Amino acid sequence: MTAVEEAGARHRPRTPAEADGPRGADPGAPRPPLPWYRRMARDRAVLLLALPAMAVIVVFQYLALGGNVIAFQDYQPYLGIGRSLWVGLENFSILVSGDPEFLGALRNTLIITLLQTVLVFPAPIVLALLLHSLVSNRVRQWVQSVLYLPHFLSWVIVVAVFQQVLGGAGMINNFLRAHGWQPIDVIGNADAFYALITSQVIWKDTGWATILFLAVLAGIDKSLYEASAVDGATRWRQTWHITLPGMRPIIVMLLILKLGDSLSVGFEQLLLQQDAVGLGVSQVLDTYVYNQGVVGGYWGVAAAVGLVKGVIGLVLVLVANKVAHAFGEEGVYRA
Amino acid sequence: MTVTEEPGSGTVAPAEPASRAPRRRRAVVDGVAMPGPAERTAKAVVLTVACALVVLPFVGIVSTSLATPEQVTRAGGFVLLPTGIDLSAYRMIFAGGVVSQALWVSVFVTAVGTAVSLALTTTLGWALSRRGAFGVRAMLLLVLVSLLFNPGMIPSYLVVQRLGLLDSLWALIIPTSVSAFNVVVVRAFFVQLPHEIIDSARIDGATEWQLFRRIGLPLSKPVLAVVGLFYGVGYWNAFFSALLYISDAAKWPLQLVLRTYVVDGTQLGSQDLGIDAAALPPQTSLQMAILVVSVVPVLLVYPFLQRHFAKGMLTGAIKG
Repeated sequence: MTAVEEAGARHRPRTPAEADGPRGADPGAPRPPLPWYRRMARDRAVLLLALPAMAVIVVFQYLALGGNVIAFQDYQPYLGIGRSLWVGLENFSILVSGDPEFLGALRNTLIITLLQTVLVFPAPIVLALLLHSLVSNRVRQWVQSVLYLPHFLSWVIVVAVFQQVLGGAGMINNFLRAHGWQPIDVIGNADAFYALITSQVIWKDTGWATILFLAVLAGIDKSLYEASAVDGATRWRQTWHITLPGMRPIIVMLLILKLGDSLSVGFEQLLLQQDAVGLGVSQVLDTYVYNQGVVGGYWGVAAAVGLVKGVIGLVLVLVANKVAHAFGEEGVYRA
Repeated sequence: MTVTEEPGSGTVAPAEPASRAPRRRRAVVDGVAMPGPAERTAKAVVLTVACALVVLPFVGIVSTSLATPEQVTRAGGFVLLPTGIDLSAYRMIFAGGVVSQALWVSVFVTAVGTAVSLALTTTLGWALSRRGAFGVRAMLLLVLVSLLFNPGMIPSYLVVQRLGLLDSLWALIIPTSVSAFNVVVVRAFFVQLPHEIIDSARIDGATEWQLFRRIGLPLSKPVLAVVGLFYGVGYWNAFFSALLYISDAAKWPLQLVLRTYVVDGTQLGSQDLGIDAAALPPQTSLQMAILVVSVVPVLLVYPFLQRHFAKGMLTGAIKG
């Protein structure tokens, strides 16, 4: 095979089926009849280009998984994985023994996830509908620019900003005191903590989260609206019968992803505020792993909790994806 | 696009009584009835409030960082409109103490990290776009599957420890240097390049490296700009990786300094800043100045980011 023929064989025009996804290899294409080592030698330049980044992914994603074995060890950093004692499932007993700290972390995680699904998840959908209904493109772009911005600020900055605004000596309390009113007590108040973190998430990410919904809204077939207007549909009917059904696939997809993340809630956000509000309301599974393992030195227990959490998260995504398929939705992926 | 005020081409609005449409505003555009005045007012109010909630805190923070010490003390900590401008808080934090040092660390990590990330992401994205080459399908699968799980905090820590990266600035760069999501975005872009260009260059004798360097990279500038800016913002904002891997305070990035002195409220002494005790501005001014310094770089790249992200994000998110 000459170089030209080879190039032609490898870079033939793509069929539509092939172009729409990574799995779309054309089954009908003739495979080059070369043994694998010849193909490897032929494509060595491609492999060389992929090597550095693949090494990072393999080491920090796949080999790192191996570190989970310390969940079955009484891991001591000075002994390392090789010489630490194996203890079987002992570290996992914390999950079932009714340890109050673990149960507290589990409860807080579930409460926060529930709050975020109910209060935070619909916010960008409403905002996207509102933005989409704006008549002036210029106004819409301005509003979008402002509302997207907080997404690009770190959690440290967001928490600092909230403290400066709502804290004891913050903007709002200064204003209230200057007018002789009672100051409000939000920062460091355990009773107000869930309201505080929920509003932080809404403030930071609602604007940004509209980006996907807006893209979907822009893609809904206009003729549906025209046809329904002819049939006398009001705007509310159009929203209910055309717009929302059009958004359903993306909503389902995001809910599946959210479900997979339901045991990981705002790690940095909560860690930053634990000192101010105490562990009672702010300890979640991720901060529990950090505080037990890295801070407390109970590496094995921390790894066990982290491992179970990771496995449950993965199973949740796979199951939710299956369920979505069963209901005729696209879901996140098809395998 | 979707809705326009001008009666343009496209769809024809149903006939409307002249009395109901005083100006050139049409009652129905693209089949959607236009909102009445009450609804328009309500929308304007909601969106104005939402924008004010984002903008006003920053106005207060910038004002306080610029206000004179007397004004800050008089206001009890917070100033919305400064009467005079006093840059001493900024002069102090740039005087060579902890904050300036952290600023250098953050600049280094962001600059080097973004360069490393872009190099790794584009080379892998290019390689994965070469359908049919040996091993590409397997590697693509490894990349896609890695999107589904996360090895966990403790195992990641153990890898970094094992590689001897603890307390090294490289620990803030290497583990997060390749985002599988960005690889998929870049690959999607390379895949849709017209293959005729690549074929003809190959016939002219171009090597794989030349194809990547002379065709792939120049054609993908817009997508690389977005991906690079996202990486940059990520490195600049990274907080937990530094908390986890860096215990030497001399190597702290800005976000950790921000947490210590602003979120946790640790007092910044004159010796931390390397200045005269007598010249120390109020803590609030210093804190606000640190906050401003950590936000400004994000604000500077934001307009560029914004010009591209709708396009860049959507290629990744929808075509993914």
